[in-house]
Amino acid sequence: MSHESDVVVTDWLFGMLAFAAIALYLYGVYRSDREKHLRRWPRLRIVFWISGAIISASALIGPLAVLSHAYFTWHMAGHLFLGMLGPLLLALGAPVTLLLRTLPVQQARRVSRFLRGRFARFYIHPVTAAVLNIGGLWLLYTTDLFAMMHDHLWLYILVHIHVFTAGYLFTVSMLSIDPVSRRFSYPFRTVVFVLALAGHGILSKFLYAYPPHGVPVEEARAGAMLMYYGGDAVDLIIIALLFRSWYRSAGTRLTIVPNATPL
Amino acid sequence: MQRKPVTNWANRKKFQTKNLWAGILFGLGFVAFVDETVFHQLLHWHKFYDKSTVALGLVSDGLFHAFSWFATVGALYLVADLRRRDALWHKVFWGGKLIGGGAFQLYDGTIQHKVMRIHQIRYDVDLVPYDVVWNGSAVVMIAAGLLLLRSANQDARGTKQVEPRVA
Repeated sequence: MSHESDVVVTDWLFGMLAFAAIALYLYGVYRSDREKHLRRWPRLRIVFWISGAIISASALIGPLAVLSHAYFTWHMAGHLFLGMLGPLLLALGAPVTLLLRTLPVQQARRVSRFLRGRFARFYIHPVTAAVLNIGGLWLLYTTDLFAMMHDHLWLYILVHIHVFTAGYLFTVSMLSIDPVSRRFSYPFRTVVFVLALAGHGILSKFLYAYPPHGVPVEEARAGAMLMYYGGDAVDLIIIALLFRSWYRSAGTRLTIVPNATPL
Repeated sequence: MQRKPVTNWANRKKFQTKNLWAGILFGLGFVAFVDETVFHQLLHWHKFYDKSTVALGLVSDGLFHAFSWFATVGALYLVADLRRRDALWHKVFWGGKLIGGGAFQLYDGTIQHKVMRIHQIRYDVDLVPYDVVWNGSAVVMIAAGLLLLRSANQDARGTKQVEPRVA
């Protein structure tokens, strides 16, 4: 991946994708806000979406991408952006809700049928998403895949698309911000999350001890610690959001009996 | 005219176990957090990764670390939930905190340090005083927690029942 032309290719590819994501979303918001019977699309979600797209893309284009080819520590910073923070911010943008709002009824139905279908249901399942996410990382860093990825452009692109997609799937399987086919119970999601988080933490410490092929020990150690604590930071946000959603849903089941005794 | 709010014993008793679990989880998470921040990050007494680590130790350490975040955040949401139900019972909550914190410390001090030898409290010093303080304080915490729970149960017995405000 040290070839100039390859960098140009990935810059264009991922840059266009990020640009398209932001443009389409903004167009969706414009369409949605034109409908008078709908509540105005929350501005905060626009901020989430745009920052999510920029943060995800920053791992793949521009200076961070160039640095991450040369230094493992920067690669890990990119990984945090592309696989964790970016997807989380994008998920908070609630793109599916926006899509369902903007599409004509007929097509919206088709989308929601797809989301309820077997295919989508399989991938949004917390266990599938966790295995794809954490399992993929184990594969990447404990086999020769990491070294190979830097020799083959197509593999590089594929791996990064996987890291991003798996991160996004995992986030939405934990936080049901958008409408999904099936909501899993909070205890179930909690257990899956703890195991996934543990898998991520264990891999970080494993990389500290056994650096991937061709990575200098010092870089691997700094990268592993960044992965460990950075992962913690993002996961802490997801945990808080997960429990907040539980707190709210438990609140709707509370019926408040007015207090008879004056305070 | 201001009157002291009535203590909602009915709700407290109904959610006693939840109070206890909120405390245990928070205690667990808190002690794990203090261990990480004070001993790893500030004092550097033990490190991010110690060479003696076996695979099982790494897994157990990772699981506990992951669980500790969940425990801390989850416990605080449980407390918020108990509060809005007018059922927060501080004595039970604190009892749980001490038990949970003590239990984690005892587990860390005996199983992780001694049995699995993941890491020690310090290196290149005589470990005995450190181990005694570490595990001794854990036992004291657990005992204090149990005493608090007993005292809470005594408070609850014989108190007049107050109609729950929140069903």
